[in-house]
Amino acid sequence: MRKLSKILATAALALGLGAGSSFADEPLKVGFVYVGPVSDHGYSYQHDLARKAVEKHFGDKVETTFIENVPGGADAERAVERLARSGHELVFSTSFGFMNPTLKVAKRFPNVKFEHATGFKRAKNMATYNGRFYEARYVMGQIAATASETGTAGYIGAFPIPEVVRGMNAFMLGAQSVDPDFKVKVIWVNSWYDPGREADAAKALVDQGVDVILQHTDSPAPLQIAQERGVLAFGQASDNIEFAPTSQASALLNDWAPYYIDRIQAVMDGTWEATDTWGGIDSGMVKLAPLRNVSDEVKAVAEETIAKFESGEFEPFTGPVYKQDGTVFLEDGVEVTDEQLLGMNFFVKGFDASLPN
Amino acid sequence: MGALEPILLTIITASTPLLLAAMGELITERSGVLNLGVEGMMIVGAVMGFSITAMTGNPYMGVIASMFAGMMMALLFGFLTLNLMTNQVATGLALTILGLGLSGMLGEGFIGQPGIKLPVLHIPGLSEIPFLGTVLLSQDILVYISLALVAAVYYFLFKTRAGLVVRAVGDNHSSAHALGYSVLKVRYLAVLFGGACSGLAGGYLSLVYTPQWVEGMTAGRGWIALALVVFASWRPLRLLVGAYLFGAVSVLQFHAQAAGIGLPSQFMSALPYLATIVVLVIISRNLVVTRANTPACLGRPFSPDR
Repeated sequence: MRKLSKILATAALALGLGAGSSFADEPLKVGFVYVGPVSDHGYSYQHDLARKAVEKHFGDKVETTFIENVPGGADAERAVERLARSGHELVFSTSFGFMNPTLKVAKRFPNVKFEHATGFKRAKNMATYNGRFYEARYVMGQIAATASETGTAGYIGAFPIPEVVRGMNAFMLGAQSVDPDFKVKVIWVNSWYDPGREADAAKALVDQGVDVILQHTDSPAPLQIAQERGVLAFGQASDNIEFAPTSQASALLNDWAPYYIDRIQAVMDGTWEATDTWGGIDSGMVKLAPLRNVSDEVKAVAEETIAKFESGEFEPFTGPVYKQDGTVFLEDGVEVTDEQLLGMNFFVKGFDASLPN
Repeated sequence: MGALEPILLTIITASTPLLLAAMGELITERSGVLNLGVEGMMIVGAVMGFSITAMTGNPYMGVIASMFAGMMMALLFGFLTLNLMTNQVATGLALTILGLGLSGMLGEGFIGQPGIKLPVLHIPGLSEIPFLGTVLLSQDILVYISLALVAAVYYFLFKTRAGLVVRAVGDNHSSAHALGYSVLKVRYLAVLFGGACSGLAGGYLSLVYTPQWVEGMTAGRGWIALALVVFASWRPLRLLVGAYLFGAVSVLQFHAQAAGIGLPSQFMSALPYLATIVVLVIISRNLVVTRANTPACLGRPFSPDR
């Protein structure tokens, strides 16, 4: 009987008669497309943790499928389409590079709902979502400035794109809120992922006198160097405490589970809409790993700010904020807009290095 | 001196894997075989080095495993190109793709684990000498091997009869064959030596440079090693200069960035490539000599029946 209803459901889908949710005893099929392997211990790993949380939360009411290691472009289109074609009613497409492929498939499958992470293109059946990771970077700036003895932190960036620059600026603003003269040295490694180069950059920064290392690249190599050289560091995407047991102060965590559960519930309730979500610390989408290897004083500063973020009434980019060249970015009391954040292509005041363009 | 020491140590770490892999490829190419699979052999060496170290707790076992893994990959390449006479360029590229995929599969269970670092060989008395001792005499075994390899390869190629045979096979395999040398045997040995060195270079990455396993951690170093061999015009000493120059410029450009020198980071990242190519081209500007160094039979298949 179960099999029959499945066949009927498939037939109904094939005929375009509507979604399978009308068959109340069938689980809702949800698909995920990842850019990396689920074992990357970083970005895709975090999405997969959320998928597992979804399964745990809904039990046999959902059935999830994932496709990993999908490059952008035509491969992404095939992967998303495969899920849409095989009866998945909701597809999470989790990388920026999947934006246009997902949009194309969304147009061909109007009855399937799509969710695209970190992009900006939407359709009637395609929503977008992203995390305000810069909020956590602001907290890290405060931790760094409070804990640092040399008054200088080093920041390893992958590419000078708004996502990375925004994090650097938020870090600088956080640090300046504690120590107005705090210095940040920046190294661009021109790669998201090259453990050797990331390690070399970390060594160069420590050799130049920084005692805190930040990274916006994907391997735990900078943490290992921080551990070796005895300086403080922050993990990226996952809690990497094993790589730096006495050096990792905290780590930036992406927790997609609450969002995924919300959205799947919305599909079940029939209230799903193509929204644009940019969740911060208050939404639970952005988190900091437990604070370790820092003094109670540092912890207190960080926890106070985290609480402010959680209450949802704090925006790090609130005027007066000046650009590096001294011109005004935000007038006194003015809060930044999402457009300004998405297109951020300049350093705030306080950086010595100029931003490559 | 205080600031110079750590910079030199970083440069040695950055240069050693390039030197190891390139030195192996130099011998392979001198025998007339072009193996573009260096990246693939390296990454399999890296994953095997890491996993065997994690399983046995002994990084030296890892070093041996990485060398062995590189040789296995090279053996496959040798069988395909020397016995079955497949196209060397295509087979080399396939070997790289195979290595990247295979290593991802083999290493899946080891992601997210910190590794054991290959220890520094401390020489009592000598390692404490300021500067000279702390920089040159406080290294792990692979750094010493890589430097010894330069001298050994130089001596072998230009001062021994066996080296002459390798060069002869690379320059004119038909003549070497007519003289009674086994072209296939020489090439097999050269290919295996190349594989061992590439595997060792991979092991250096996952055991010394960044003691961890992550997919694709070679990040193109195999290709840089291949380019170094050509720009060094198949000469071991020039290869040493090239590898260290590349390592030095890539480390120094990070220092320049951190010091806030206002050059575009994209340019800085390209600098190691530019500097190395320019310097090696200047060293090798005598075209006649360069041509004489190029193995004339490079990439050409040999069939003993013909």
